[in-house]
Amino acid sequence: MTALLAGISSDTDIFVLQNIFFGVIAAVMIIGALRVVTTSNIVHAALWLVVVLAGVAAQFILLGAEFVAVTQVLVYIGAVVVLFLFGVMLTRASLGDDESVAEEKRTMAALVGVLLFVVMAGALLDTWSDDRVLIEEPQRVAEVSDSIFSQYIVPFEAVSVLLLAALIGAIVVARKD
Amino acid sequence: MNSLLAVALPLVTEGPSEVSSVTNDANWFLENAWLIPLLPAISFLLILFFGKRMPKKGAEFGIAAVGLAFVLAILTGVSWIDHRDNFDGPLAESPSTHAVDDHSDDADHSDDADHSDDADHSEDADHADDADHADDLVLTTEADDGEHAEDDGHGEESHAYVAVQKSTQWFQSGGIEFNAGILVDGLSVMMLFVVTLISLLVHIYSTDYVGGDRRYTHYFAFLSLFTASMLFFVLSDNILQMIVGWELVGVCSFALIGHWWEEKPNSDAALKAFLTNRVGDVGLLVGMITLFFAAGGGQTFDTLAINNAINQGTVGHTALVVAAAALMAAVMSKSGQFILHTWLPDAMAGPTPVSALIHAATMVVAGIFMVARLYPVFFEGMSIGGSSINLLSTIGAITLVFAGLLAFVQTDIKKVLAYSTVSQLGYMAMALGVGAWGAAVFHLFTHAFFKANLFLGSGSVAHAVHSFDMKKDMGGMRKFMPQTYKTFIIGSVALAGVFPLAGFWSKDEILVGTGGWGLFGGTGGNGAYTFHLTMGMIGAALTAAYMTRCIYLTFHGEYRGNDHADADPAHAGEHAAPHESGPRILWPLYILSGFSLVIGLVNLPPGFFESSKVLSFLPHGWEERFLHFVEPGGASYFPAISHGTPSWSLAIVSSLIAIGGGALAYWYYFVKVDGLAKQTEQHLTELPNGLVTTNKLARTGHKVLVEKYYLDHLYTGVIAGFTKGPLARAAYWVNQNIIDSTVDRAGETAVRVGQGLYDKVDQGLIEGVVNGSGRISDATGQELRKINSGKVQNYAAILFAGAAVLAGVFVLIFAL
Amino acid sequence: MLLNQFLLLAAALFCIGVYGVLVRKNAMLVLMSVELILNAVNINLVAFGTLTDDVGGEVFALFTIAVAAAEVGIGLAIVLLMYRNRRSIDLSEADLMKG
Repeated sequence: MTALLAGISSDTDIFVLQNIFFGVIAAVMIIGALRVVTTSNIVHAALWLVVVLAGVAAQFILLGAEFVAVTQVLVYIGAVVVLFLFGVMLTRASLGDDESVAEEKRTMAALVGVLLFVVMAGALLDTWSDDRVLIEEPQRVAEVSDSIFSQYIVPFEAVSVLLLAALIGAIVVARKD
Repeated sequence: MNSLLAVALPLVTEGPSEVSSVTNDANWFLENAWLIPLLPAISFLLILFFGKRMPKKGAEFGIAAVGLAFVLAILTGVSWIDHRDNFDGPLAESPSTHAVDDHSDDADHSDDADHSDDADHSEDADHADDADHADDLVLTTEADDGEHAEDDGHGEESHAYVAVQKSTQWFQSGGIEFNAGILVDGLSVMMLFVVTLISLLVHIYSTDYVGGDRRYTHYFAFLSLFTASMLFFVLSDNILQMIVGWELVGVCSFALIGHWWEEKPNSDAALKAFLTNRVGDVGLLVGMITLFFAAGGGQTFDTLAINNAINQGTVGHTALVVAAAALMAAVMSKSGQFILHTWLPDAMAGPTPVSALIHAATMVVAGIFMVARLYPVFFEGMSIGGSSINLLSTIGAITLVFAGLLAFVQTDIKKVLAYSTVSQLGYMAMALGVGAWGAAVFHLFTHAFFKANLFLGSGSVAHAVHSFDMKKDMGGMRKFMPQTYKTFIIGSVALAGVFPLAGFWSKDEILVGTGGWGLFGGTGGNGAYTFHLTMGMIGAALTAAYMTRCIYLTFHGEYRGNDHADADPAHAGEHAAPHESGPRILWPLYILSGFSLVIGLVNLPPGFFESSKVLSFLPHGWEERFLHFVEPGGASYFPAISHGTPSWSLAIVSSLIAIGGGALAYWYYFVKVDGLAKQTEQHLTELPNGLVTTNKLARTGHKVLVEKYYLDHLYTGVIAGFTKGPLARAAYWVNQNIIDSTVDRAGETAVRVGQGLYDKVDQGLIEGVVNGSGRISDATGQELRKINSGKVQNYAAILFAGAAVLAGVFVLIFAL
Repeated sequence: MLLNQFLLLAAALFCIGVYGVLVRKNAMLVLMSVELILNAVNINLVAFGTLTDDVGGEVFALFTIAVAAAEVGIGLAIVLLMYRNRRSIDLSEADLMKG
């Protein structure tokens, strides 16, 4: 924390602003995530998910990855959440309040979550305590596309095949016959 | 005449030589003497398999084989005679040839001083001669020094006595070698001759005597087997083979005695013979085994090795005493000595040729032969030299008198001859017991001839009258069977021991050997067996007497065979006119009586020709021929025994006593009974109011004799009866109440223990443990099952928890 | 901006996503929680990419987005199937493998 505050005080305004924005957005995201996992209304959960996803996109922009941010919004918020809502509709979830949290598991799961967070946080703070992310300029899309189609051409093709498989698979699995 | 008054020097044979007197390399006949038992053995098999089909029913095989064996025996004898005097070849390494320093180590001779003096004298006298011969000898050992020349008192030098032994290893086990082999020396050669000759004559005799018998072939098969066994026995070179031969002849005796086993008395007699021999065989085995273990350093069966060891003093005296006593039991049973003789008279149930062969000439002398062969055992074990009484001689003496007495009360002619055989065997045993080895063996030799002659003669008579009963069916046979009569007379006179027939020479030598005669300078010998001399003389008198009785009852007086014709009309015609037997019966009689006449002359006592002026022109070389060739004087395996000097005074006195006995019987029978018979014209066999009817003591004595001293009663009634009755019952009681109850108790305990174990341990403890572990597993499983809830999220929870923990562990490790 | 702030944010999102996966009964909500996890990973990727000036971080994030989309599609199909077969997408009732 002190390093954070020190970083904030010793940087230029832009950085301070970025940090403020980061903090706000991060808080919103966390609250949104918590609501996703605790709300009893399933549609509300989907909507809170949208909040989180949007927050993630904002973080991407803060990190200078504009193309990824836009793709995030398009794909995740635009398609995945819609898919979720379709699913909710198709499975006749009760749109009102629904006891969809199992009481008995809460403690253990919370413990697991906390434990995991503690471990990870400890490791992170220990390892990258003083690293800074310096952004001179946002990432250029042309470089991203160059990289995809030259260095990562094979994963790109693989992902396209994967999408094809998922497409066919979804149809096959869900069809009525 | 000089030698009569001179002090008799004991004629000592040289002490046993240092090097073993045996060779493996001699004349072809001596080395291959094993062919002689082989031929009858082959004929046994041939008769067994082919006999019934042959024209003469198998007799051809038997006669051919024994005839051939006889020829071989003669040739072997001739080879032996040549070998005895001329053998110069290399001696063999016998199993135990210890180098002994001194002859004076033989501590058991009381005449040691005399002995070593003689040895020295002979050595000095003969070394000069030895030097001459040394160049001619081809010896591979240092036997030069060991060859002592035997000084037989005539200044003649004779050759060292070397036996011939051939043996092969049959098998070996645990370090003990079992060999099979032959030992050819004078004793064996003599026995070969006797056995084959008498067997051949018996074979020829049997073709007539048992002709037409229901088991003719079987009879000849066993005759061949017996001959083979006896020949095998006498050629044995080790004690194990002797045991085998001993048993084999016992088996053949059993088979032949019980030849007509359909009648119970015959099979009973055969069993009695076999079982009585069995009693003695225990002693045989004990004795032989003792010798095996005791003899000379290593354990060996070899007869020569054992004898050598005993002569060299390497065998403990106690072992020898034990062995000698045990072997005595064997001799007592096989050779019919006093207590165990009961089987011999009963064995007369067999066919007469069998009695002649087995129970007169050959098998019964197996015991005597065994003693002669293993003489050092007895000589040392019973301390024969220098004492005046010992077990062997005393039993022999008792036998000869008691059996002689029994011969007086027999009505069966064969039983008379059987008891006579027992008595003569007593002579031989006594002779061996007093140290007169040569005399005993010579008596064996002569006795075979005249006793076989007598038996075959009795068979000839019986064949004519179909009965053996002298009193009932015989009498006056000399009119009907003159040839048989003549041979029978010759045999009887030889048996009684009248000069110059065979029995005189051999019996006289025995009496000389006792050393008990003290008059006119005495006879010397190995000791002073006065008691035995007395018994010997009494025996001679008895022999003459009962033979005279036998001759009178059989051949003189009137024929009594028709006396009970009224009582038995069916057979009346048969006995009307007995006739002389055919040539196959007569010729063996002629041959045997011929031998009885002259055979005594082969062993004339030394000094015979000198002292008798009449015959002094005959060469000395005729003296003691038999002894020279048969007795192993100076051989390593024969002890140093003393020979007695023959004494004319003894000869005359003993002849007078014998003739006196015969005269008494003659007077009783030929004079009084015959006279009375002629007077009253009755067929009498004894005086009607003789001593027995008037005198109580005589009657008691007669009764005791008739009951054969109650020995049979003792054996069957008392001993066997006790074993069958009270002893068996006691054993049964022990078995049922002690042994069985112990076993039962053990069984019950086992059952109870088992039950307890089952209940407590198995069911309680072990089952509990096993079941408990099962239950524990079950309970654990029930608890652990709950992990598998089937709910994915539970699994995920565990997964993440695990991952978190693992991550924490890794972080900590890396941090540290 | 410190790297750690992005990473800590991602870690928090991740843990909340894990909590959601473990706790929610409705299958759709579990899927949504999985989306949270994936997004946390994405933030990590991009942050590291920016740290090292490597474009690979972003490229990888793009691929992750694509994969996540495919996965949601299949997941949904499965949930629909589950609904069709048993008229309920309550995960606590899906314990046929209970042993």
